[in-house]
Amino acid sequence: MSFISYLINGISLGSVYAIIALGYTMVYGIAKMLNFAHGDVIMVGGFTIFFAVSMQGWPPVIGVLLAVVLCTILGITIEYIAYRPLRQAASSLAVLITAIGVSYFLQNIALLIFGANTKAFTSVVNIPALKLADGQIIISGETIVTIISCIIIMIGLTLFINKTKAGQAMLAVSEDKGAAQLMGINVNATISLTFAIGSALAAIAGMLLCSAYPSLTPYTGSMPGIKAFVAAVFGGIGSIPGALIGGIVLGIIEILSKAYISSQMADAIVFMVLIIVLLVKPTGILGRKIQEKV
Amino acid sequence: MAALLEVKNLGISFGGLRAVDDFEISIKKGQLYGLIGPNGAGKTTVFNLLTGVYKPDEGIITLDGQNITGLKTIEINKAGIARTFQNIRLFKDLSVMDNVKVGLHNHYKYSAIEGILRMPKYFKTEKAMNERAMELLKVFDLDGEADYLAANLPYGKQRKLEIARALATEPKLLLLDEPAAGMNPNETIELMETIRFVRDNFDMTILLIEHDMKLVSGICEELTVLNFGRILAQGSTSKVLNDPQVITAYLGE
Amino acid sequence: MKKLKLTKNLKDNIITYGIVIAAYIIIQLMSATGNISSLMQGLLVPLCVYVILAISLNLTVGILGELSLGHAGFMCVGAFTGAFFSKCMQDIITIDILRFILAILIGAVCAGAIGFLIGMPVLRLKGDYLAIVTLAFGEIIKNIINVLYIGRDSRGFHFSMKDSISLGLESDGTVIINGAQGITGTPKDSTFTIGIVLIIITLIIVLNLIHSRDGRAIMSIRDNLIAAESVGINITKYKLMAFSISAALAGVAGVLYSHNLSSLMATPKNFGYNMSIMILVFVVLGGIGNIRGSMIASVVLTLLPELLRGLSNYRMLIYSIILIVMMLFNWAPKFIELREKYSIKRLIKKPKEVQ
Repeated sequence: MSFISYLINGISLGSVYAIIALGYTMVYGIAKMLNFAHGDVIMVGGFTIFFAVSMQGWPPVIGVLLAVVLCTILGITIEYIAYRPLRQAASSLAVLITAIGVSYFLQNIALLIFGANTKAFTSVVNIPALKLADGQIIISGETIVTIISCIIIMIGLTLFINKTKAGQAMLAVSEDKGAAQLMGINVNATISLTFAIGSALAAIAGMLLCSAYPSLTPYTGSMPGIKAFVAAVFGGIGSIPGALIGGIVLGIIEILSKAYISSQMADAIVFMVLIIVLLVKPTGILGRKIQEKV
Repeated sequence: MAALLEVKNLGISFGGLRAVDDFEISIKKGQLYGLIGPNGAGKTTVFNLLTGVYKPDEGIITLDGQNITGLKTIEINKAGIARTFQNIRLFKDLSVMDNVKVGLHNHYKYSAIEGILRMPKYFKTEKAMNERAMELLKVFDLDGEADYLAANLPYGKQRKLEIARALATEPKLLLLDEPAAGMNPNETIELMETIRFVRDNFDMTILLIEHDMKLVSGICEELTVLNFGRILAQGSTSKVLNDPQVITAYLGE
Repeated sequence: MKKLKLTKNLKDNIITYGIVIAAYIIIQLMSATGNISSLMQGLLVPLCVYVILAISLNLTVGILGELSLGHAGFMCVGAFTGAFFSKCMQDIITIDILRFILAILIGAVCAGAIGFLIGMPVLRLKGDYLAIVTLAFGEIIKNIINVLYIGRDSRGFHFSMKDSISLGLESDGTVIINGAQGITGTPKDSTFTIGIVLIIITLIIVLNLIHSRDGRAIMSIRDNLIAAESVGINITKYKLMAFSISAALAGVAGVLYSHNLSSLMATPKNFGYNMSIMILVFVVLGGIGNIRGSMIASVVLTLLPELLRGLSNYRMLIYSIILIVMMLFNWAPKFIELREKYSIKRLIKKPKEVQ
């Protein structure tokens, strides 16, 4: 029975990874850049809710909405100031380093405002836990909300991309910026929109992550961020279903390794699985193969 | 006399597309041979098959009596085929001289340790390499630009440098993929001279892809015409160029 | 022409070595006259460590042209194998410098070997995929060290991946590597002078490699893999060569690092991906492929937070802003255009057009 509990926990953690991985995968697909600051946007989302709910005593719904709005604006601003000027840069490493700079910047802003002490985050979920099989399996309210959010986001995003004009524009820009521009698509606006969506998702991920693991520091976002990126690569970067599969698989592996092998080795095992997958399938599970024309 | 390059029944498909089908060619030592055909006929694919970039689905490639079918690119280069590329592929952040010296890599050797510790063999070999590279650059009138970055050369000279680099690997057969592309008529005439010079002075056998009919009819002794991946005509240059089928393929119905 | 080029390389290298030696002499003079703060004194060896790391990473990123985010992992291997050796040999080899040299060699060989083993499967991957896999390997190395227990008693060495008790040591035994607590009591053999010597050795290896037959082969792969193959360059061999040498030199930096500390632990801060990223920042800011640049960038960026110490809490914030601004200034096409328009050099003389 405990195995099933672990599995559910794994799916729950994996759902958070999947939501974060979406931000990575969309931004990578469209801007061809590894947005290292994405993890820190999660942290900003977490602190916004902490500020609103725990410090100001506002209702959780307001806190979450505030976090989503703030992170969306933050995402657009970061792209505009730090990434856009480097889009045509000679080396793709330049924008990677700038993203690292943005990551440091966000961490240190949070450090200045809130200090280095770990904050106890009060869960914003107040749904009672679900008891199954005579109370042998307990599914927490956070888990339920996380999994449902993930499903809604996945469906919503797939519909958005396939059914709306803006979504189609995103596909076009990720395929070929120049051609998209010639077809009358506003490339800058489309990339801004991608960052906006990715960052809004990061705020939601921050809410879910901090509710499930209720401690908050300026560095809360970086490790989940890295793991979510691993999940995105694992599933095939640029692919939305890939992010979902990668996130869930990673979450399950992590929780099961912690439970059955060693909690210290869990991260190593997660990374090992990534390496094996990439060696067998160099562009991830659902990634497309790209061959250079000679 | 036995042929230097003998290709039998060569073919490859990409997905459902038959890119090259039943390709056969026989090139004698010292020959200047042309491979022509409309865009998309599969000429570069043939080059990629000959140099191991693609593995053929069927067929046999023999170079100087050695079966080289399915070998890797570097093995094929060591066996004696060197090439240039349609879209120029130079080592753009290396100097012109160093581009040629990379070509000399497998013929002038010293170990990494000898290089790092700057042992006598390093100086001796580097000196010999510099001399050889300079000789090759002179042939292509590039000796004055030896210290320039390859990326800074004008287009025509970049094409020449690619040929010099290929020659540095001491091939038996040289494949030139559209050497005159983007050149003006004067440069093309000059290039024809150079290709002839290379054939005569380096004892080279040359197979080239070209769209410039002046160049093709001017220097090629034999031609193969490809169309939709299949051989349309083959034989001496004058015969092939007067073939009505070839004229139709080029000018349309 | 040819002569001119050789002398140009030579001149370039002499400047690079000259900067290192000049820095050494200045620091020694300042230190002899008591003009150096204890804080600065403590930073000297770490500075050497960072410089070696940056030079060695530039071999992978700038010369081979592959992005690696796991450089700290190789440093970690060097640090622990070197410290392990020194700790074991402390009573056997009593000449400090000899023991330290051996420790450096062992650290380099072990890190190089791990680099070789990792490189073999992963160097087929490209770009960001290679980056994430190297990051993963770096984290794995750090994680394994954290659960590694090695002890020694009269019966020999004992290993465990669980805890120090399961080593089952006799009463005379000592735990050498104690899991997350790492190694304590490594002899403090690292000095600024040795650090400078190691920087110079690193420079000799990297610069001489670049200007040799093998270096050209490595750079040809960076510039155009398909063309390199077509002229008979063995891609796998040269990728592995660059990657392993880079890893071995990171190992050297690790040994220098570990022999400067009384207790060595593998934490996310010193051997995690954050460290790898910091080294990458040095390399990119100093100029990809520019060895001297990465040297200078690592010194400047290490000293910057210390110089900003007066600003206490704001210093890392300012550091991050400087980083972003410098990247934009150096790389954004718009800024480059502006800079060229108003550059002093241009006002003095027109740039020579290449014919």
